[in-house]
Amino acid sequence: MSPRLRKAVDADDHSTGPEDAPITLVEYGDFECPHCGRAYPIVKAVQDQLGNQLRFVFRNFPISESHPHAENAAEASEAAAVQDRYWQMHDMLFENQNALEDVDLVSYAEEIGLDVERFERELENGTYTNDVAEDFSTGVRSGVNGTPTFFVNGERFDGDWTDPSVFAQSLLDAS
Amino acid sequence: MSEKGDSKPGFLEPGIVAPDFELKSSPREMIKLRDLRGKPVILAFYPNDFSPVCGDQMALYNEVLPEFKKYDAELLGISVDSAWCHGAYAKEKNLHFRLLADFEPKGEVARKYGAYRAQDGTEERALFVIDRDGVIHWSYLSPIDTNPGADGILDALDSLREKEQREADVSTANASRPDNTSEARP
Repeated sequence: MSPRLRKAVDADDHSTGPEDAPITLVEYGDFECPHCGRAYPIVKAVQDQLGNQLRFVFRNFPISESHPHAENAAEASEAAAVQDRYWQMHDMLFENQNALEDVDLVSYAEEIGLDVERFERELENGTYTNDVAEDFSTGVRSGVNGTPTFFVNGERFDGDWTDPSVFAQSLLDAS
Repeated sequence: MSEKGDSKPGFLEPGIVAPDFELKSSPREMIKLRDLRGKPVILAFYPNDFSPVCGDQMALYNEVLPEFKKYDAELLGISVDSAWCHGAYAKEKNLHFRLLADFEPKGEVARKYGAYRAQDGTEERALFVIDRDGVIHWSYLSPIDTNPGADGILDALDSLREKEQREADVSTANASRPDNTSEARP
């Protein structure tokens, strides 16, 4: 039996798709992790395929010692979330995984129309450091053993996610 | 971590005193398990430096170190790689905990713990949480190709802490009962 998610999806999560969708997919990921970068378009394809049957949630799991920009990128996504632009920033970060210096983060914030002054101030002050740490901690406790780690309706998914149609079918089978 | 690990004859179970050992933690430093008595020790046997799956496991534990520290626990990674190889690996991954070289005689410590993998000449992917008195509190043998994560270790550290708390409560209760001390007896 696979480990289970120890923190249920709630209003604090960044989620897309209907709340009452039959399938909830949670990803613990790191914006600088190449495997997560690889998973990004695959998750998009699965979302397209499953439509309203799927709710997708992303939580932070920065492996900071290997990925020096991952923490700030995660905090940038949180800073975008409070300005209602979470998914725009999420996509921007994954689409520009190799350019995650602070100056890049600011340019993405500009591009998606954030209040940049506030964004920079919050990043500087570490306003979201605890939120990111909280995600990391719930992930470790839930059995996240690398990135990306997926949970399907609360159970860790140890199957193959590298092929969108196979992944989508596994999600349907699990629901 | 899967609910139930693999099993293997000779794999050390909770309640057994952890066999002592002395291994190199760098080309010039040795570490003796016995010297760590007084704090919980996490032993993580893993197959090899630089192999992708264990890379993830050690990189993960590296990030979880602050959590382990909250329990006063010392994490030690162990594989058959040499101290020089460990040094290069730790440097590449920015590891902030010690890696021990079970190098000569090869795998000797792993054999004592039932965690040697003779068919491959490497260590198993095996976890032990050892209490402050050097007794194994929890052990887990992971399927070799699965990163067991850190949840099992943290749960074991929680249950160890609860056990210590219960024991402390009992001894406090005993100490406060005057009829329980020899001096108080008539």
